[in-house]
Amino acid sequence: MDYFIRCLKFILPAAEVTILVTVASLALGVLFGLLLAVARIYGRPGVRLAAALYSRVVRSLPSLVMIFIVFFTMVSVVPGASPLVMAVVALGACTTAYQSEIFRGAIQSLGSGQMLAARSLGMSRAAAIRFVIIPQALRLAIPAWSNEAAIVLKDSSLASAVGTVELLRRSQHIAAANHHYLPAYLACALIYFCLTFLTNRVLDAAEKRFRLRT
Amino acid sequence: MTFVRDLVFMWEILPELLKGLVVTFQLTTLALVTGVILAVPVALVRKYTRGPLNWLATAYVEIFRGTPLLVQLFVVYYGLPELGIVFDRFTAAWAALFLNSAAYQSEYIRGAIGAVSEGQLIAARALGMKPLAAFRWVVMPQALRLALPAWSNEVAYMVKYVSVVYLIGAMELFTRGQIIISRTLKVVPVLLEVAAIYIIVVVAITRVMDYVEHRFSIPGLETSGMRREF
Repeated sequence: MDYFIRCLKFILPAAEVTILVTVASLALGVLFGLLLAVARIYGRPGVRLAAALYSRVVRSLPSLVMIFIVFFTMVSVVPGASPLVMAVVALGACTTAYQSEIFRGAIQSLGSGQMLAARSLGMSRAAAIRFVIIPQALRLAIPAWSNEAAIVLKDSSLASAVGTVELLRRSQHIAAANHHYLPAYLACALIYFCLTFLTNRVLDAAEKRFRLRT
Repeated sequence: MTFVRDLVFMWEILPELLKGLVVTFQLTTLALVTGVILAVPVALVRKYTRGPLNWLATAYVEIFRGTPLLVQLFVVYYGLPELGIVFDRFTAAWAALFLNSAAYQSEYIRGAIGAVSEGQLIAARALGMKPLAAFRWVVMPQALRLALPAWSNEVAYMVKYVSVVYLIGAMELFTRGQIIISRTLKVVPVLLEVAAIYIIVVVAITRVMDYVEHRFSIPGLETSGMRREF
């Protein structure tokens, strides 16, 4: 039990890295995911195809494979990039694809009437997307999005494989140093559990707060 | 010329990678099938009972859904031997994948049972069926179909997540790729080939599951609303 507490204390600081990787990847994902979703619905045929292709290809690849692809690419292209940056790029690229599907579903569920009404009020297409479509779509996307946030949080553990010192890597350190594995990994699991629990609560609250009133 | 040489190299390593793909499929199938077997009772307990058994099932599902698969894998493979429970790599991989998958699958099934309207059960009881029979012959056949869209996501999800067992060295597709990389130091061709295999397999699975969904859909009952974006 003593050792378990020691593990907790040793591993806990790495939660910062895990949270950083998760939040940064998710932020990249929101930005590019929205862009991709809009491109796929309102873009020219060529743009649509490219966006769809990106989404299909990346969603077919395991996150771990993506992490190693980014790792080997960045090692040769940007020497000296930190494992943390690599993890964010890789997980960001993955979640961009999943989030683009979430946002696409949300935009499509709005129906075309919203766009028609905005256009008939004299808004440009871009303005309609920015001020009419996206504010509604973002709200509709929250339940699926919070699912994705939990997935990214858990997938950030895969970044330990390329040397990002996040929760799991930190647990490996203390476990290997003491040749005592079970308490270390259980402590790690406990911290993850608290983090996902917290994430779910926060996003549930956000969903209630921002729900569309119809 | 290097391009041609790379192609020849990729062709030469294909059999080794395909051996890994077979292991990936074995793990996926085993985990999914044993996962359903555990998921159905867990879903039923969570849906229809109260008290300690319900808490236990809820705790199980929440713990396995709330922690990363990789951490679960490490607990099973590195942690449990300290309690005298020793697995070989393949069994450890299966155990972690199975427990993880069962937790997710039980949620899909529970959701699907909830989506079959109460009236169905009442009608079955009114026709003289016992509760268990009504459940077995009326609710379950519909619920399993309703769970199909979410479940087909789980299949593709599993194939991809089996790659995680590379980190304990079980010989699935990605592990094979990594071994070839460390042996030959040819990173790009191997990663490209592994990625291509994953893309082909996942796209094929998605197609097949779309067909299965279509085949088993209940005419007049909309199931697409339950689909998780994936």
